[in-house]
Amino acid sequence: MSKFIEQPRYSCALGAQQTVVAIKRAVPIVHAGPGCSDKICALIGQGEGYAGGNTIPCTNSSETEIVFGGEDKLRGVIAGSLKVIDADLYVVLTGCTSDMVGDDVGQVTKGFQNSGKPLVYVETGGFKSNNYVSHDEVVKAIIDQYVDKYAKQKEEKISGLINVFATIPYQDPYWNGNLVELKRILEGIGLTVNVLFGTDSGGIQEWLTIPRAQFNIVISAWPGLEIVKHLQEKYETPYFHFPYLPIGGLETSKFLRNVVDFGKLDETKAETFITNEEEKFYSFIERTADFMLEFRYGLPRTFYTILDATYAIGFAKYLLNELGILPAGQYIIEDTPEIYQEAIREQFRNISELRSVDVTFCIDGGKIQEEIRANHNKNRSLILGSGWERDLAKEINADLLIISVPVNYRLVLNCGYAGYNGGLRAIEDIYDIVLNTYR
Amino acid sequence: MSTINIEAPEVMIRELRLGSITGFEGTAGQLVQCGRSGNLHDCSRTFSQCMGCSSGKAFCQLSMIQDAVIINHGPVGCAGDFFVFNFVYRVGQMERKLPSAIGRYFSTNIEEKDTIFGAIKKLEETICAAYERVHPKAIFVTTSCASGIMGDDVEGVTDKLTKELGIPIVACFCEGFKSKIWTTGFDSAYHSIVRKIVKPPEKKTNKVNIINFWGSDIFTELLAKLGYEPDYIVPFSTVKQLEKISEAAATIQICPTLGTYLGAALEQIYGVPEIKAPLAYGIKGTDAWLRELGKVLTKQTEVEEIIKAEKERIVPKLEEYRAKLKGKTCYITAGAAHGHALIALLRELGLEVQGAAIFHHDPVYDNEDPGSDMLDHAVKTYGDVPNFNVCNKQAYELVNILNRVRPDIMIARHGGMTLWGAKLGIPTLLIGDEHFGFAYQGLLNYAERILETLDNTEFVTNLAKHSTMPYTKWWLEQDPYTFLGGDKHVKVY
Repeated sequence: MSKFIEQPRYSCALGAQQTVVAIKRAVPIVHAGPGCSDKICALIGQGEGYAGGNTIPCTNSSETEIVFGGEDKLRGVIAGSLKVIDADLYVVLTGCTSDMVGDDVGQVTKGFQNSGKPLVYVETGGFKSNNYVSHDEVVKAIIDQYVDKYAKQKEEKISGLINVFATIPYQDPYWNGNLVELKRILEGIGLTVNVLFGTDSGGIQEWLTIPRAQFNIVISAWPGLEIVKHLQEKYETPYFHFPYLPIGGLETSKFLRNVVDFGKLDETKAETFITNEEEKFYSFIERTADFMLEFRYGLPRTFYTILDATYAIGFAKYLLNELGILPAGQYIIEDTPEIYQEAIREQFRNISELRSVDVTFCIDGGKIQEEIRANHNKNRSLILGSGWERDLAKEINADLLIISVPVNYRLVLNCGYAGYNGGLRAIEDIYDIVLNTYR
Repeated sequence: MSTINIEAPEVMIRELRLGSITGFEGTAGQLVQCGRSGNLHDCSRTFSQCMGCSSGKAFCQLSMIQDAVIINHGPVGCAGDFFVFNFVYRVGQMERKLPSAIGRYFSTNIEEKDTIFGAIKKLEETICAAYERVHPKAIFVTTSCASGIMGDDVEGVTDKLTKELGIPIVACFCEGFKSKIWTTGFDSAYHSIVRKIVKPPEKKTNKVNIINFWGSDIFTELLAKLGYEPDYIVPFSTVKQLEKISEAAATIQICPTLGTYLGAALEQIYGVPEIKAPLAYGIKGTDAWLRELGKVLTKQTEVEEIIKAEKERIVPKLEEYRAKLKGKTCYITAGAAHGHALIALLRELGLEVQGAAIFHHDPVYDNEDPGSDMLDHAVKTYGDVPNFNVCNKQAYELVNILNRVRPDIMIARHGGMTLWGAKLGIPTLLIGDEHFGFAYQGLLNYAERILETLDNTEFVTNLAKHSTMPYTKWWLEQDPYTFLGGDKHVKVY
């Protein structure tokens, strides 16, 4: 099978620089060609943040570093970064040039690590994988080279403390909002929650408590599994895997109850929280039900997803079971490793009690769009996709909600689609777009 | 010796072709002096921040040719800029009343196993699939660091498929690591167009090539008065249109940093004269530029009338603005020639330019004509500029300098720099439209926006109060050029 991509929707291995940018007061040090960092920001960046964007230190590898190796240059840039950039953690990431030339980056960083600098390195040469894979590599490297070294009382678990691995920052445009809601609902059932990234995390101090968690939760089709398996081996921390993003009343409650079971948590406390949340959530649904049933000028009745698996399953379940929109073509775009594909198919086979849906794994957006064009019927539909779908949506008279990168037609701050609040937000956003089509 | 050689698949990089540099501290006058006397030495930085690369700049020029497909032969991350340019392309379609179309861009998606066996087959497959899917009039293949290091024979494949598919399949060599000056990527794009698309002229037309990005249309009106029509290239052109740019009566570059190579190539190969003059910024610059245009198009009388009428029109308003701007200080950060143009413009308006961070410096352009040196013109006309820093987007140097200089306003002409002014509470202005400051009217345009920005301090004041600073106290107290120096890394092979 050919593997070229028209309309890319993710980055290369070095894209995990944004994983570092998402940690409070952490900075990536990129040992790569001059344009890599900039191009990653162009696709998935959301502004400078603390020390992202144009602030990111970089060796800007040139012909000299290709011919003679780039270790000296890297040493200089690391030394400069430690002096110039005020950060708690520095993560050296390599690009294609360094990995192809074979720079011994481990050796260079070791010198700094040995002198007590909070420095980590990971080989993320762009060709090695994509940022869905390398995100795990970067998190694991930070745990192994930094957390493990500096964490105190690693063996003493803290009751009720959990680590949540739920989204890939920036590759998921709504990562921050999603983490905020996931933290809120998990705290609601009595847990203390490390989300590790974004506004509601506690920065490096929080990372240092990772080994002490009672258990880990991974909310994702497959990214993140490598991290929790690693933590299980390293710190004997058990993990609970929920294979998609829980959106809305049904799935969020199911998710929370699963967590309660897994962690043997206080059921009464959890049920009180869940009941209260569901009551609020469904009061809004009730309020809007007559609109959804009666609006005479047309609402989308089918939906396409062109998303990564975590979002695709989450939205498919929500739109079908809680909003009554029926699934049309379902496309998974993140180059899903074969070993994880069957489990994702299985989720779609059981998308509701009454319905089974096929799913296509395809990284080539151009091909996906051709298929949708060829098979589309006249019904008004909803596309959950990316900015690449603008013209497609217009052509087939569909409403487009941009969930996937590139999101350039939306400005994202704390919007999220996870949980109860995310479910409501999704309804607002979908019908905003629908209603906006009328003059 | 000419710098243009279209026999070679790759364009010579700017460091070698023009002696361009990316590191310098001193005054603008000193820089011009060094450049003229052949004493310009590059300085490298032992600490640096991420820049841009040639491949992005090549893509910038090729990606908006209406009936071409672009294939980036690299790992998927190198395609990170596809959508940004697709967005620009689509906004431009609206402005030009073109039908809505998506940019047709492909990544060959080089993976680990390809780095062992090469990715030539993948490239071939991608070209054929893209041809089948889109049926374009031409396909451009931009290269990447990975394909360059692997040594893929890209030109071999493109030449072969040109024959098989019957449309030009054009290799554009723009590996990021090859040049420290990302504008080399513009040269790469133009080199590939001149080599493989442009045809020898069959006749002369009344068209004037305008080498630009995607700015507003300001040339139709001007050229109409002289009996000519603008032909904006390369974005929003068609392959057929590009074939004919050799037939134009002249070439205008809105900025020689962008168009140096294409302007000179068209003149040297096809005899299309290039307007060699300072850029039309500030009164004197505009006078000189218009007169040169009149000379090349043999419309001197008409041009003199335009100059007279325009000056009469703008001077009263200009005096009014000058009075308001008197004594205001500013700092500039921009790409090379456009930055020099802004220096002229701002000083014409009476602002005091306290310094500039300019991304690189070309001591000479491909036309080898000192008359095109805008920095020289600005220094001679308005006097020297202190704190002139050649600095390829190194934000840490900029922050350090701004923190010392504390100008009344910062003027930027590149994304990613404005934040540093604003975080320090300095009103900051970025004009996206590169034609905004052009000619006499450009002075009024800028003056208006500067006054508006100076007046609007609420936002930056509040932002400054609530923002973080990722630079250490230590750094802000150091000499801004602490990491600049030595030439260990600047030898060019």
